[in-house]
Amino acid sequence: MHPTTAGRLRLKAGLIAAFAALLATGCATQQASYDYSAFRQSRPASILVLPPLNSSMEVEATYSMLSQVTLPLAESGYYVFPVSLVDETFQQNGLHNPGEMHGVPLAKLHEIFGADAALYIDIKQYGTSYAVLASESRVTAQARLIDLRTEQTLWQGSATASSAEGRDSGGGLIGMLITAVVNQIVESSTNRSHPIAGITSYRLLRAGTPNGILYGPRSPRYELEATPR
Amino acid sequence: MKSFALARLAAALPAAGLLLLAGCATNSSQPLYYWGSYQSMLYGHFTKEQGPQEQIAALEAGLEKARAKSLPVPPGYHAHLGILYAESEQPDQMLRHFEAEKTLYPESAAYMDFLMRKAIKSD
Repeated sequence: MHPTTAGRLRLKAGLIAAFAALLATGCATQQASYDYSAFRQSRPASILVLPPLNSSMEVEATYSMLSQVTLPLAESGYYVFPVSLVDETFQQNGLHNPGEMHGVPLAKLHEIFGADAALYIDIKQYGTSYAVLASESRVTAQARLIDLRTEQTLWQGSATASSAEGRDSGGGLIGMLITAVVNQIVESSTNRSHPIAGITSYRLLRAGTPNGILYGPRSPRYELEATPR
Repeated sequence: MKSFALARLAAALPAAGLLLLAGCATNSSQPLYYWGSYQSMLYGHFTKEQGPQEQIAALEAGLEKARAKSLPVPPGYHAHLGILYAESEQPDQMLRHFEAEKTLYPESAAYMDFLMRKAIKSD
């Protein structure tokens, strides 16, 4: 059983194709068109963002992300509850970590905040891996939007961003921007993952993207979106 | 479509945010709000790198700029100012900003009322 060179090449091509297909399906789980029927029926106007769960090793991840969730959601047309006060309210009621906060019954959240929906975020990755030549900061997060009246899941998604994107893209506007921001952060030597978390938040929570959250009532694009993609 | 999405993404970069929001306004809708330093103040608030006075100064200056640009400030902006005034023992200003949040965003009414009831009770 000695495969010919041509056969070997075919095998190699086959493996590459199979690998590519695997990668494509990996993406396809996110690309499959989202069922928005519950979302469209619920028509939430206001979103309570709970302090994100943090599955990473970096303690600052929760508040780095929480401080950057308002922009994408508000610009998408939602009222976003003041994240600093919401956190304070939980703390004053004896809930000091996101795990405890995420455990509060939905009816209780609805009663106190009067929010239509709550957003539960889980930060899967947050941090910088340092290397001599090229360090990388990466932030990955998942989110779930729950209707506080019907307790139905309206939407869920995930997103990631990395400081290495700028280098890999070999230029382009976004590459230049990411590189510039990261360099700036390096210079000021503060938390290098923080601006990356901002990009992750924007990718995760802005409307008008495939399988993303829908526009809210305060957006001029509210309910102008085509039927589910 | 892709470059449009990237342009929108770029708007999230804190350093370039406003510039790019303005930039992508040419092929999308205008930003709904004047953000100023709201989100970076929130971060400073959570990390305690920025004290209430520092934040109040930045956010009050932002209110002027928003007025000059005829844009509303985003959800939570006034409410956050309210908590900062509460921390600096200025309850009248606190109430004023909680009311402002409620007027600008009636969606916040139940929560603002809850906070104001608590503030009055603890007096």
